[in-house]
Amino acid sequence: MPKKEFVIKIKDLKTDIGILKDFELSIGKIIEEWEEEAGPTEFPTIKDLREWDFKLLQRYRPFYMPFCDVCCLCTFGKCDLTGNKRGACGLDMSAQQSRIVLLACCIGAATHIAHARHLLEHLIEKYGSDHPIDVGGINVEVEAPITRLVCGIKPRKLGDLEDVLDYLERQVTQLLSATHTGQEGSNLDFESKVFHAGMIDQVGMEVADIAQIAAYGFPKADPDAPLVDIGFGTADPTKPVILVIGHNVPPAIEIIDYLTENGLYDQVEVTGLCCTAHEITRYNPKAKIVGPISWQLRFIRSGVPDVIVVDEQCIRADSLIEAQKVKAPLIATSDKNCLGLKDRTNDPADAIVSDLLSGKTPGVLILDPAKAGEVAVRTAIGVAHKRKKFKAIPETSDIIESAKRCRRCDECRRACPNDLPIPEALAATIEGNLDELSSLYDECVGCARCESACPLGFPLHSFIVKAAERKLKEERYKVRAGRGAIQDVEIRRVGGPIVLGEIPGVIAFVGCANYPHGGKEIAEMAMEFAKRRYIVLTSGCAAMSAAMYKNEEGKSPYEIHPGIFDAGGIVNVGSCVANSHIAGAVIKIASIFARRKLRGNYEEIADYIHNRVGAVGVAWGAMSQKAASIASGFWRLGVPVIVGPHGSKYRRMLLGRKDRKEDWYVYDARTGEKVYVGPTPEHLFYAAETKEEAMVMIAKLCMRPNDTTKGRSIKLTHYIDLHRRLYGTMPDDIHLFVRTLADVPITMRDEIVKILEEKGWEQNIVPDPTLLPRLIRRRG
Amino acid sequence: MRMAKSTEPWMTAEIPGPKKALVITKPKVVSAIIRRAKRPLLIVGHEAVEIELKEGRLIDYMIRLAEAAEIPVVATAHIQGEFQRRGFKPASWMPAVDIANRLVDSEWMGLGDEGRHDLALFVGLPYYMGWLILSGLKHFSPDLKTVSLDMHYQPHASWSFPNLSIEEYEKNLRVILEELEGD
Repeated sequence: MPKKEFVIKIKDLKTDIGILKDFELSIGKIIEEWEEEAGPTEFPTIKDLREWDFKLLQRYRPFYMPFCDVCCLCTFGKCDLTGNKRGACGLDMSAQQSRIVLLACCIGAATHIAHARHLLEHLIEKYGSDHPIDVGGINVEVEAPITRLVCGIKPRKLGDLEDVLDYLERQVTQLLSATHTGQEGSNLDFESKVFHAGMIDQVGMEVADIAQIAAYGFPKADPDAPLVDIGFGTADPTKPVILVIGHNVPPAIEIIDYLTENGLYDQVEVTGLCCTAHEITRYNPKAKIVGPISWQLRFIRSGVPDVIVVDEQCIRADSLIEAQKVKAPLIATSDKNCLGLKDRTNDPADAIVSDLLSGKTPGVLILDPAKAGEVAVRTAIGVAHKRKKFKAIPETSDIIESAKRCRRCDECRRACPNDLPIPEALAATIEGNLDELSSLYDECVGCARCESACPLGFPLHSFIVKAAERKLKEERYKVRAGRGAIQDVEIRRVGGPIVLGEIPGVIAFVGCANYPHGGKEIAEMAMEFAKRRYIVLTSGCAAMSAAMYKNEEGKSPYEIHPGIFDAGGIVNVGSCVANSHIAGAVIKIASIFARRKLRGNYEEIADYIHNRVGAVGVAWGAMSQKAASIASGFWRLGVPVIVGPHGSKYRRMLLGRKDRKEDWYVYDARTGEKVYVGPTPEHLFYAAETKEEAMVMIAKLCMRPNDTTKGRSIKLTHYIDLHRRLYGTMPDDIHLFVRTLADVPITMRDEIVKILEEKGWEQNIVPDPTLLPRLIRRRG
Repeated sequence: MRMAKSTEPWMTAEIPGPKKALVITKPKVVSAIIRRAKRPLLIVGHEAVEIELKEGRLIDYMIRLAEAAEIPVVATAHIQGEFQRRGFKPASWMPAVDIANRLVDSEWMGLGDEGRHDLALFVGLPYYMGWLILSGLKHFSPDLKTVSLDMHYQPHASWSFPNLSIEEYEKNLRVILEELEGD
């Protein structure tokens, strides 16, 4: 993409008035102020990084698990693709599956990019296009590492980001067009485009988050960002309560501003669900997070929120129906989520408030954030005293009566994503035992499919919530508000220990809340690895779940562990779009610590990360298309991602084969020699069946070819220790990760040496690893 | 109590495509399939440790089956130690998606490089995960026959039990074991 619409370059001009050298004039677009030489892939097209993608895909081959045997995307269909048959258009099953993955990632990327555009337009209107991008003061010089890497520009002010979004929107359109009938035909080319979608998604997330950090004054790379309240029980129901749900924060900010400007803040509770909840606490630490996405129904039905304000993404499509059940007025604020409501944007606030208070309308669409903020506050204050008695949670006697009528047809259980034994638990209530029903709460993902399936129309989700009433009220924890970027100085401090392997890994717990056994597994994993002195990062719903745990002293993980990007830290970067700071941190390790050129130099930076930075993403409850595109951005950077068992429904894994020795060679950049480095890391995308399996795999996937012997020894210690504890045995592949005897942990030396002898292990060298022949310094 | 119809997927919406598993109406069919196979493989997921049956847990039944029919076992998830605690050593342990990925590779010569497997029996994976893995094998491993030994119908297998009550399921397993142990 041309960065400038009109460029004049003059090397040497002699005129009557003087001599002009190296003059460059650009009109219409970004004026560069970056001394670094331009890299090979600035603003890459959808095929520019194909060669790099194919290197990864050759090692991590796709394994497809079709979710559907047919294709129904055109009028030839349905086409039966069973057994890799070809459809009427000529596409086979593997290409069809990768096409669907690409569609999912395009949806995810488009969602973040559209969010970024919406947000940026609002912020430019409010703060001006010259508003400077400051995400960390003097602690953050590399303000936009992904944008610099991908686009080759240094954005200085909000207006600069518009050019970046222009590029991203063009890419999404082209990627989406490749999914049309009769376009791409190769599954590997579809996969390369999936990686491209992930890469531009990361840029889109970065644009959104640096813009809002700069404009709203969110914590700026602050390891001591305030601890804020999280949990169902933190909201004070005696006050009017406003609930905000979604991801795009301007309407919620306007609510807070209206309350503050009118001296009302202490009289009204502002609570949030999903990422908008993260954002409001980044803006005002007094705001409260109710919980992750799966808390939507339970909180609305409790009747606590008096007004519900929804913006965009991950909001239940039936939010208006649920709001009506508890007589809570709903305000929709995004043109992407109008919910069939009348557009009242241009009506006077007084008239809208009056209609909501009188019940003339159950909800309104207001696309002006400031007006939505004012209407939300005034409506909450006006309606609160009228509707306190409304809630949709039944009484215990209703549950018992329903249990007596239950036909035990199992339809609820067969609809439940986690196969929870709802009929059995309901039957137990007849004897007055609500404990079984209450125990389901811990693993319920809050989808309410059980209710839709019940032929008698029982509100089964509400039954579970009622049975667990006490637990809900006791849900009071602390989470550190999203800190945003990682400081350059932090990167300088830990870059060496990470690349050498002495900090055993950087583990990011990200994504949604579709957990197989509840959110506590996230907290347990995060605590375990923080205790082991890994660097633990969190974001989105996973950051919330990580908080919802208490130790014997009543402290949550964020109170026990510091928010610093260093060994033993648990670092909440923020919302979904703050995932960009996780990618940004690994990129900055390559550019700031290792001084690799950043500008438009994607392939080299990704090669560096893949071979040297022991980072692993864990999306234990990944559910959405956004989660798919977030993961694919990490794949192109060479960072492995683990999903929970529900993540198998993304229908495609990227799996290495440790038994194929030929797959695990790299070049030694010093000599050009090809060196076997073992399966490091073994997989690029993989679904674990259990938490225990995931924990062992996390430790294993942190190993990288570049680890020093000391670093490898530390990483092996954790891998073996976790394997012994959780599997009850020694791993059977230790010999693949030992390069020299100095890699062997001293405390297990005799035992491991014996294993190495049995396996016929041979000593190898530790190379200066790269997959790119052009980076070989001297030919052997 | 009304069970789901025998050949409906246990999870209501997990509708397969045109090719669906044959239903194992008699447990003896399983022992016959195993006997006919040249290189069978038994893949056991973590739920085998959680499911309680009359004479022990499901994993105990699977150990008996593996010993009686001399089938190598791949333990998935973290249950390898559970086998060893019971005095049984699985042939291998690896993630469920890993063994499936090997089974679709026409060049993979099986566990111990002793030849391609022609039969894979699955048990104890979460239903939806088993559903997807069996789908991958159905589409991309045309020479492999698969059997689901779980108590719910798995449409992507070559053969599957129908949806069974736990009592019926246990009885079926017992018949299979008695058949194989009598050999």
